[in-house]
Amino acid sequence: MATRTETMTVNMGPQHPSTHGVLRLVLELDGETIVNAEPTIGFLHTGIEKTAEQKKWQQIIPLVERMDYLGPQSNSLAFCLSAERLLGIEDQMPERVTNIRVLLAEVQRLSSHLVWLATHAMEIGAVSVMMYAFREREQILNIFEMIAGFRMFPSYFRIGGLREDLPRGFHGVLKPFLEQMPERLDGYEKLLTKNQVWTKRTVGVGRLSKEETLAMGLVGPMARAVGIPYDVRKAFPYLNYHSYDFKVPTETAGDVFARYQVKLVEMRESVKIALQALDRISPTGVYDCGDYRIVPPPKDRVYTEMEALIQHFLIYSQGFNVPKGECYVPVEGPRGEHGFYIVSDGTNRPVRIKSRAPSFYACQALPMMIKGGLIADVIAVIGSTDVVMGDVDR
Amino acid sequence: MDASRTDAAFLDIVRQAVPGAAIDVVPSIDMPAASVDRNHLVAVCDVLRTHPDLRFELLLDVTAVDRLPASPRYEIVYLLACLGAAFGSAPARRLRLTVRLDADSASVPTVSGVWPSANWAEREVFDLFGIQFEGHPDLRRVLMPDDWEGHPLRKDYPVQIRKDTASWSPIQLTEEQFTANMRAAREHATRAARSIRGEKQ
Repeated sequence: MATRTETMTVNMGPQHPSTHGVLRLVLELDGETIVNAEPTIGFLHTGIEKTAEQKKWQQIIPLVERMDYLGPQSNSLAFCLSAERLLGIEDQMPERVTNIRVLLAEVQRLSSHLVWLATHAMEIGAVSVMMYAFREREQILNIFEMIAGFRMFPSYFRIGGLREDLPRGFHGVLKPFLEQMPERLDGYEKLLTKNQVWTKRTVGVGRLSKEETLAMGLVGPMARAVGIPYDVRKAFPYLNYHSYDFKVPTETAGDVFARYQVKLVEMRESVKIALQALDRISPTGVYDCGDYRIVPPPKDRVYTEMEALIQHFLIYSQGFNVPKGECYVPVEGPRGEHGFYIVSDGTNRPVRIKSRAPSFYACQALPMMIKGGLIADVIAVIGSTDVVMGDVDR
Repeated sequence: MDASRTDAAFLDIVRQAVPGAAIDVVPSIDMPAASVDRNHLVAVCDVLRTHPDLRFELLLDVTAVDRLPASPRYEIVYLLACLGAAFGSAPARRLRLTVRLDADSASVPTVSGVWPSANWAEREVFDLFGIQFEGHPDLRRVLMPDDWEGHPLRKDYPVQIRKDTASWSPIQLTEEQFTANMRAAREHATRAARSIRGEKQ
């Protein structure tokens, strides 16, 4: 009897525990080998960009923080920088505010990479790494709770500065945390880097070439893992990153292991930047640009002065107008270049905001990485791209 | 403010390479910006990507703005970047390219042949704005459910709306639809691989 072979179609997700939320992959399989793959997205689409068009500028910050929910402060930083460029107040920003923003952006990157490492390692089978990495991430969330009262989405960056001053005892909490991090990172590396199970699952898996990476619009750690030394902090400096001492790690292999190596070095560099920034920040001082058309006055003045009270009500009822124009000022988020293209028509509400979401493009490139591989490698590849479905679907 | 940040003098190279293209510099504060007519869009993009002094290898994003009630109503926005030192002699810079479209002729040629990453980005613009991309390999909705009606990011689309879709039920494609989707995806992948290797389509 003649045997007949045909490919099989398997649905992976949207509720698969290792698809990082609600990513659905339709896989065409020839035995264990993937012949074809098609990602289906949109399950988490909440229309944040449409909602934002109805909100006043300052009200958009909590919304954009919920897009990429593992790196919320890099979203709000990108949004604030674009809005501040349109408002023309970026030159008035005090050095202290800029340094605090650098510090928190780096701590946020650390937190995002910790979640990535924890889930990625767990999906490949290294469950104890998950416990350790989440332990450190918990400390970061406690720090965010300390500065803003909210663990996941602090909304601490505001257009025109910060929401309030740093809390008492901030340095005393953050410094020991940052100082212990290199040792903790050594610990993760001890568990993984030379672990045979880990290397067998990651080396040579999900390989991309330099040309493919660029053609698919991949940036950040994905690009650096194939040897493209592109980092917004170096190529198009924002805030005052040019005054910090840090390196941009690159690898050349372009596989899952290379991405892992790049991200671990990035975490070390983030700790380095954060420690430099912490030394520059005084425990108390200015925390906004002082332009009271945009920044609400401090509460003690609101309670005692008529003008401050009026200003407070103006900002919270009417908001402020942003000059007509378009602007896109990207930042280097945990997943790569992340920016907001914002359009204003001169009123107190935006005409359009559009997030340039690195995860969206990483998702698009998934078939390229998993085709020809084994079905078990799909999980390793998804983990290494570090997609956040909130960022993909918005 | 740093004036060199928005210096668009390098666009003269494109004007020479694509005679007839209407490339107008648009005042901007964040990066050089220019508008281009839709008929020359693909030729201009091709020069921007391949010219040794430009090398805009990275298409960061494609999006649209609905300027209702202004005319022309839509603006398609392309955010480009040249990564500088890593790729030859061209310095690192950015460019924002816009194409203005009237409401009744809301279609524009696809640039997914120049940058394969435009595929999903253009699908998103089609999905949310209803703008057609001529020659796009796979123009389907990407964020909204397949059976959704209307294009939510248009200004004349209501903000709060209750609508039932059949998307809660398991998606059951017919065999023909499924193979057609798979074929489209495969063809796109082949085309992308070919364009990455530098072969002509």
